[in-house]
Amino acid sequence: MEITCISCPVGCRLSVQVENGQVLSVGGNACPRGEIYARQECVDPRRMVTAVIPVQGGLSPLSVKTRSPIAKRLIRPCMRALAEVELSAPVEAGQVVLSDVCGTGVDIVATKSVERA
Amino acid sequence: MNDVRHVDVLVIGAGPAGLAAAIAAREDGIESLLVLEREHLPGGILRQCIHNGFGLHRFKEELTGPEYAQRDIDRARGMGIEIQTDTTVLSVAEDRTVTCVSAARGLQIFRAGAVVLAMGCRERPRGALGTPGTRCAGIYSAGTAQRFVNLEGYMPGKRVVILGSGDIGLIMARRMTLQGAKVLACVELMPFSSGLNRNIVQCLNDYDIPLYLSHTVVDIRGRERLSSVSVARVDAHRRPIPGTEIEFECDTLLLSVGLIPENELSEGAGVMLSPATSGAEVDDTLQTSVPGIFACGNVLHVHDLVDHVSSESFRAGHAAAAYARGDLPSGKTWAVRDGEGVRGTVPQRIRKGSAQEVHLMFRPAGVYRGAACVVTCGDREIARKRAPIFTPGEMAVISLKPDVVAALDADVTVHMERI
Repeated sequence: MEITCISCPVGCRLSVQVENGQVLSVGGNACPRGEIYARQECVDPRRMVTAVIPVQGGLSPLSVKTRSPIAKRLIRPCMRALAEVELSAPVEAGQVVLSDVCGTGVDIVATKSVERA
Repeated sequence: MNDVRHVDVLVIGAGPAGLAAAIAAREDGIESLLVLEREHLPGGILRQCIHNGFGLHRFKEELTGPEYAQRDIDRARGMGIEIQTDTTVLSVAEDRTVTCVSAARGLQIFRAGAVVLAMGCRERPRGALGTPGTRCAGIYSAGTAQRFVNLEGYMPGKRVVILGSGDIGLIMARRMTLQGAKVLACVELMPFSSGLNRNIVQCLNDYDIPLYLSHTVVDIRGRERLSSVSVARVDAHRRPIPGTEIEFECDTLLLSVGLIPENELSEGAGVMLSPATSGAEVDDTLQTSVPGIFACGNVLHVHDLVDHVSSESFRAGHAAAAYARGDLPSGKTWAVRDGEGVRGTVPQRIRKGSAQEVHLMFRPAGVYRGAACVVTCGDREIARKRAPIFTPGEMAVISLKPDVVAALDADVTVHMERI
């Protein structure tokens, strides 16, 4: 099958041979990241999730990210879990705002600091 | 009468371009250095780009926009660089007199040894499109909506159509979806997207948002608030084909239809602008047509990657520092021209006698598969770069090595060649 690598902005077009859920070969990648991506994507696709959540008493909402990619099918459950998070200012960049989101073992961390308004 | 304060290097804008230029100038020993920023916080557009994917080239890791910006902010602060925020520059004169205002300091006038223009770019608005229809609420540029959602915490609407498939539009398709809206369609006039392929995959395909290529919005309806838009297929001349209209009921239309370098200040300073980039014409040191005024980042030409903005702006900062010290001699230049299939090559001039590497950046005029971009000096080929694909959505870069630059003996042309 043909997929587009999302590891970097080049966006290589990869041709991947898959048989019985096993990746046999990967072609079209300009760097080793392409092969790693294709092997993951065809078996267990994962994505980084970023979001904004409100902060009680903060100057602005808080931007957050998953510390590492999570299963693509868990993106929406992850967003629902984030909607339940209650935070108040101040928040420090790097602070864990939700640990082990949806049982993935991956933490959600703040990507900026939010001061008190 | 206000006192005029002298600074060796003055940088306008504290986004990624301005911060990098200031850091470079300080690295070169410029003590008298000032950055002016009109927003309340430094960081520029990265502050609202909360998605990841920044910094892969420069930091060898994927950062979100705020994280990328913070690295430069921390570095600049660590070097003791003065950044005046909430400060709007009113004018830049040809003699590098810079006038600005702020609530905290009132009117200030600076005289700079060198000025770095790093004001970034603006979005093309609805008015630039000439789309017919009512003037209802609910129509935003994609970047404005991004600011509402990511910095102010407001959702602009619930049912969304996006016109234009530039990266900001694609990123906003995903953001609006994740934050609870329904994105009905992304509509692109051209037969290809101007956004990065990775963004088509991870912002549209992942969420089953249809991309309508060779389509455009032909009618906008709504009294107070937008109620629907009509989308029609276009022919090879980009004219809507009657009878192909699809109606989308929506309350929000986001426009991601291009970015324009913000050059009001540059024009006031008499800086010559390029019709191809809408940014300044510069030489290989990023010096504009006005001596001592430099330009970098999106005010010079619209980039796809902040990593490229940073590397370009470090060069501008080093050059501005050299100029301020009197170490950047002026002289004659060779012209760099766009050839077949090439638009907006930067820089537009290379100094005669220079022996420094030059990075020529441009956008292909169309999609080229299995092609090469070729640089010629007079009749002589001096550089060639092949790639599986060149598209207008991805800025192409071809470098001229120091020995090649030193050996220039005629004007330079960049063109695309199908193989």
